[in-house]
Amino acid sequence: MSAETWAIARFTVLMAGLATVLVLPPAIAIGWLLARREFAGKTLVETIASLPLVLPPVATGLLLLWLFGRRSPVGQALDAIGVEVIFTWKAVVIAMMVISFPLVARSARAGIEQVDRRYEDLAATLGAGSFRILRTITLPLASRGIAAGAVLGFSRALGEFGATIMVAGAIPGRTRTLAVGIYTLVETGREEAAWSLLVVSALLAFGAIYLSNRLVGQRGGV
Amino acid sequence: MIDLSIDIAMRQGDFVLSVRDTASVEVLGVFGPSGSGKTSLLEAIAGIRRPDAGEIRIGDRVLYSSQQKIDLPARLRRIGYVPQDALLFPNMDVRANINYGRHEAGEFESLVEILDLRSLLDRRVTMLSGGEKQRVAIARALMTRPSILLLDEPLAGVDRERREVILPYILRIRKELHVPLIYVTHDEAELNSIADRVLRLGR
Repeated sequence: MSAETWAIARFTVLMAGLATVLVLPPAIAIGWLLARREFAGKTLVETIASLPLVLPPVATGLLLLWLFGRRSPVGQALDAIGVEVIFTWKAVVIAMMVISFPLVARSARAGIEQVDRRYEDLAATLGAGSFRILRTITLPLASRGIAAGAVLGFSRALGEFGATIMVAGAIPGRTRTLAVGIYTLVETGREEAAWSLLVVSALLAFGAIYLSNRLVGQRGGV
Repeated sequence: MIDLSIDIAMRQGDFVLSVRDTASVEVLGVFGPSGSGKTSLLEAIAGIRRPDAGEIRIGDRVLYSSQQKIDLPARLRRIGYVPQDALLFPNMDVRANINYGRHEAGEFESLVEILDLRSLLDRRVTMLSGGEKQRVAIARALMTRPSILLLDEPLAGVDRERREVILPYILRIRKELHVPLIYVTHDEAELNSIADRVLRLGR
């Protein structure tokens, strides 16, 4: 494996790992809300949370490009405190987070829905408040579903292309991920180098999905 | 002594459960065939199911009142609830289950003693028998120092020949801890051995 391939693989795994860690808290929060609470506008939240799954990733990328660009209030606020997002590694992480969010949130929701609510009710009779119940009962009992979702989100992040190339570009050594790397290498006639990236991608994807299936398959165990 | 006053109506599948009772006893038995709403009544008292209308009081504490718009959350009611299937938290061992609702130190040792749980403390809850689960669930509920303990058919999940093994524990709680009990069953003989007064539900 060449030094270039190795650097791209390491960068991609690092970014996907970071994106997964950062996307977990909001995805679990939304998953819990959808699984356990009834509120006005629930269907709307559900729909928005699933949008990145059906929207073309390039379109999501364009939205992010606008959101973090100088013309939006968010971009201006970040600019004011000297934080640059677009065409940096931060944009790679954000693109991965947004694209994998629906997968992680859906798995978290399914995992939480499988937890027998009577455990939560009983914990309340023992004096526990909502947050303690979530921390000590719901999340531990839903942990397999959440872990499977995290692995799925991580694998989706590994292969992210459309949104990444829009907001982060393909700057060698700075924002070039496996998927983007394969595309740019083929574009510039370096197909052989592209093949070695493909092998790395395939191995990583295989490992992640295998792990996710193992986690889901064992779910009945508790 | 329980000083309990219940007057509630609750939709229950195809009929409306309507209960009206005032009791000042140590052990109130609740008797009725399956489907007569015994469990729903306990859940309403514990605060995990809301009646459609009425009032529930213990002494002068109003737990629920549709008229005064009071519905005290379960976690503030201080009512110990032991469901029929015990519902021990499967992600914790016996010790952690008992300590979940711990109020203050001290109680633990005496409860472990009274309910004979010493040898079970480090076990996983999936490894326990039906009767052992019930005893752990009773200890867990009592750790919160509840004002009443609700027992939902504690002998239902226990083999007939082992029933004699759990009933004495329940009688011991009554005698040594002076915690008032509401004891639900559909077994008349069981009631005679434990309850001071019986509330009969029918459909």
